[in-house]
Amino acid sequence: MTRRFSFDNRFLGPILITGILIAAHLSFGILEGYSRTGLAIAVAIAAELLLGRLTYGRFPHLASAYITGISVGILVRSPFLWAYALASLISIVSKYVLRYKGRHLWNPSNFGVSAELFLAPATVSLLSIQWGNTLWPMVVIWVLGAVIVWRVGRLHISATYVASFLLFSVVRSVITGNPWLASVAPITGPMYQLFIFFMVTDPKTTVGPRWAQLVVVFIVAFVEMLLRLAEVVYAPFYALFLVGPVSLFIESLLAAKPQRSSSTSTSPAVA
Amino acid sequence: MNVHLRQRALWLVWSVVLLASLAAVVVLNRRASAGSVAGVASGFSRTDNRTDGLARFGFTLDESAKRLGVDALHQGPTFDAQLEHIMPQVASMGAAVAVADFDRDGWPDFYVTSSGEGSLNHLYRNQGDGTFKDVAGAMGVADVNREGTGVSMGAVWGDYDNDGFDDLFLYKYGRPELFHNDAGRGFTPVGEKAGLPRWVNANAAVWFDYDRDGRLDLFLAGYWSEDVDLWHLKTTRIMPESFEYAENGGRKYLFHNLGDGRFEETALKLGLTSRRWTLAAAAADLAGTGYPDLFLANDYGIPQLYRNQGGKGFVEAGRDAGVALTPKSGMNAAFGDIFNDGRLSIYKTNISEPGVLVQANDLWVPKKGSTGEYEDLASSLGVDLGGWSWGAQFGDLNNDGTLDLYLTNGYVSAGERSSYWYDFAVIATGHSAIIGDAKNWPAMRGRSLSGYQRKRVWMNDGLGRFTDVAQVVGVTDTFDGRAVALADLSNTGVLDVIVANQRGPLLVYKNRVQPGRHWIAFELEGRASNRSAIGARVELQWGGRTQVQEVSGGSGFSAQNDRRLHYGLGASTAVERVSIRWPSGRHQTIDHPRIDALTRIVEPE
Repeated sequence: MTRRFSFDNRFLGPILITGILIAAHLSFGILEGYSRTGLAIAVAIAAELLLGRLTYGRFPHLASAYITGISVGILVRSPFLWAYALASLISIVSKYVLRYKGRHLWNPSNFGVSAELFLAPATVSLLSIQWGNTLWPMVVIWVLGAVIVWRVGRLHISATYVASFLLFSVVRSVITGNPWLASVAPITGPMYQLFIFFMVTDPKTTVGPRWAQLVVVFIVAFVEMLLRLAEVVYAPFYALFLVGPVSLFIESLLAAKPQRSSSTSTSPAVA
Repeated sequence: MNVHLRQRALWLVWSVVLLASLAAVVVLNRRASAGSVAGVASGFSRTDNRTDGLARFGFTLDESAKRLGVDALHQGPTFDAQLEHIMPQVASMGAAVAVADFDRDGWPDFYVTSSGEGSLNHLYRNQGDGTFKDVAGAMGVADVNREGTGVSMGAVWGDYDNDGFDDLFLYKYGRPELFHNDAGRGFTPVGEKAGLPRWVNANAAVWFDYDRDGRLDLFLAGYWSEDVDLWHLKTTRIMPESFEYAENGGRKYLFHNLGDGRFEETALKLGLTSRRWTLAAAAADLAGTGYPDLFLANDYGIPQLYRNQGGKGFVEAGRDAGVALTPKSGMNAAFGDIFNDGRLSIYKTNISEPGVLVQANDLWVPKKGSTGEYEDLASSLGVDLGGWSWGAQFGDLNNDGTLDLYLTNGYVSAGERSSYWYDFAVIATGHSAIIGDAKNWPAMRGRSLSGYQRKRVWMNDGLGRFTDVAQVVGVTDTFDGRAVALADLSNTGVLDVIVANQRGPLLVYKNRVQPGRHWIAFELEGRASNRSAIGARVELQWGGRTQVQEVSGGSGFSAQNDRRLHYGLGASTAVERVSIRWPSGRHQTIDHPRIDALTRIVEPE
């Protein structure tokens, strides 16, 4: 039987994140400006085209670079244009440099954004606002995001992270004495939705076995809790920054064959 | 070259690119965060610094409050016990200062608020001999924070009855009051007769004649909703429903002056329907229509620019103008012709905390050739990063002919080694169901929130760049600053700076300008226009330069500069022309006015 219509799952991520961006900006004006997000996307795509062509002799699929650029454009908050351009450039270049046995170790935008937050605290911060004052945009994005990561077989990662976060928020609340609702507040914001749907699910930078994916994302949430107890504002990004590469490195060491079958899988998101 | 070698060579190249990019981030961050900051050479004593400032920048500022006889110490309020865990931040405003020559003796005086229950406000009368005397008690404007009436948040001067003496409007978290100035001999509360509301939780007010009928009207902006009594909470769901999109703040009031001591409230009728959390307001003719527009700096959201529709109403045009696209935490509204080309830019302060939140302050400059559109040039000009910024005012501090910018900052200075920022950032991201309820907010427990911050004194080089010279010219305090007001307190042709600090002392920075720099100042009095001449637009032409200023009925944060307009002239020894557009619409031109002098100008009949 021939398929009348086929859809490349690699477009799901870009479509979802673009939809989120447009809806959020038209509704709440979350962007600093189109020029900054546009710059981040343009730099990411240009860098991917150049590095991919020179390194592999062919132009790569641009879904990944697009998501990297748009993630940087949404997440980074800075009055300076260089912050957007450099975050995108660092993100893309890191894919080509920080590799082990043929795999890049860091989720690109996680690396680029975390590096800038760490190196430029006075001039760069992160999207840290909420979805307006009503519940519906958040619900829509949660449902849409869940459907899409389910379609590409990654819902278990997102769900485990959310469950772990909620569990650890109770622990944090008990330890700090802060109201539980304060501890759980960050997950109601758009920053976390990008993190949950586009970063922790990235197939290129997650381990292969399903059970190991659950363990790793649980550890990410645990490290995040530790960082939050140390009052690190950007705890989820730093937690993924620390745990993700270590888990990939260990998996590569243990693997009999360096090539993962999933490395060419359709990706919901390669941020 | 074989493939393997080529791959390795490319990997090396990309590694260098990555390292270079990371290094660039570090360098650019350092450069941007330092901005243009004038350094203090190591080993300099404070006196040396001031000498250095005089030589390098043409002026120094010397904190002189005690020497001048000014001893005001702001006290903060204590609200309902249900807010105890976050009291330092919810009770974090109320230090204000407003300048006027209330007794018309030719010397600027100033009114200073306190916000502790039962604490006294101050009215410092300028004795003309370099000292001030607090006459608030004798004048009847000191004991205004009595229990049950709320506490002071700020005040603005304006001659609402055109009798020649500036009256005083006091806004509070509580019952606002209008004090009639009895010919400089005392004040009589007339708020009830005027028709003021029973309770408003306000942080901003502005006198302006929006319909140009010759009588001053009054804009009053609520912050907390007016149905909230912060001392007797019925619910803890009083907080902003969002950190960026809150519209559950206080309503706005526009009191139209009926001319018989009464005011008619017309805000909703004329389109001022905002319920945003307004912290600052200022009025000026931004569109060149002859009618004053209104700019509101709002906490937890976008600012608002209300275009005046010929005195018949207001239309919100912030989005079209480009100033209301990004929600921030607005805390200041001030106007200044920073390029000496007749365009009034708008300076709005926001929050910048390294490592957490970099909103950056906004400097909205009118686009050349556009019809009312603005672009933010704060970063380009170097006036973007000012910490948790509060009040700021434009003024030519060194008389070089360009407007400089004084900014104060700092939110809550408590434990020096502990910060509330993490908890604040966490709750700020929460959904309205979480952030909107005070009981969900983590306790502050004696921690600071952007405390002990260094102030900014940005010198305008006239070429599109501002340099922070605060430390060099002598502004070294780290109090939690709120209001800034500028005035030539000693009538010597230099602008002094008065700073009201939350739970701290009032500071008076006396200015000393390098000899050889000239100036000119004007005191305007309306006739067909309102007597205070608020809204008069004065264009000065000298030495090929042009600078526009407007007489203001309140600007900055909880502040009002002296209404006398001061212009630095640099080395110029002559002024070609001064052109005045009075609020009534009349135009007046004076050729070759006398420089190095204050000229009093009465509106021609």
